[in-house]
Amino acid sequence: MATRRNFLPLAGFLICLVGFLSYFFLFARFPVTRDVPWANWLLFAAGLALAGAGISRAFRRPETYRGRVLGPVLGVLSLAVVGFFLFATLVATRQLPSSLNAPKVGEKAPDFTLPDSQGRPVALHDLVGPGKPWVVLIFYRGYW
Amino acid sequence: MAISVDPPEVTREHLSKTGWTYTFLSDADAAVIRRYGLLHQGAGVDGKDIARPAELLIDPSGTVRWINLTGDLRVRARPEEVLQAFNQLSRGGMTSPEPR
Repeated sequence: MATRRNFLPLAGFLICLVGFLSYFFLFARFPVTRDVPWANWLLFAAGLALAGAGISRAFRRPETYRGRVLGPVLGVLSLAVVGFFLFATLVATRQLPSSLNAPKVGEKAPDFTLPDSQGRPVALHDLVGPGKPWVVLIFYRGYW
Repeated sequence: MAISVDPPEVTREHLSKTGWTYTFLSDADAAVIRRYGLLHQGAGVDGKDIARPAELLIDPSGTVRWINLTGDLRVRARPEEVLQAFNQLSRGGMTSPEPR
């Protein structure tokens, strides 16, 4: 009797891959899906469930379904993708210095003069003063 | 107003793509970033020192009134959080123009 193709492990792996890439191309753009990547977790859960179901039926019903070799391979790859994502988002991005010397609330902001995008010098002491607006100062990593 | 180690020409290119109009300052040798205690050593490409993300509100007297130091570089202050902090802090006492 001919066995049937078992597409579930491949489908599960592809969904895990989409779950991985979609964070960087889509979900990281919106704070609601960026700060806690729940949308990606849902995709991973669906992908791993499909892969698991596919592997399970390959071994429990070998007379019906194929995939006893490729299934576990794709399953391991799916787990690797999910594991790498979890490491990157839960561990790697939290490796930040503690910044104990950052200004405390109530302290004077250290003065500075720096060139803007046109090369014109901008001084903090010119921006503050009675009647002037507040200053929002954002430090960012840069785009290199 | 935003500060990074990016040179002005990189920032210019970025602003022309995004259309952002607020001020971007270039702290190429990270001296100001270091003075603010926000240096992330060796975290840039080629082990360059860069800023760790942070947001501050400075009132017209030059005093830091609010600072947000994220514990995860994926998670930054949202604009509405900064506005809420500004509204709460600026309410008592003097009236103040909108932040820039």
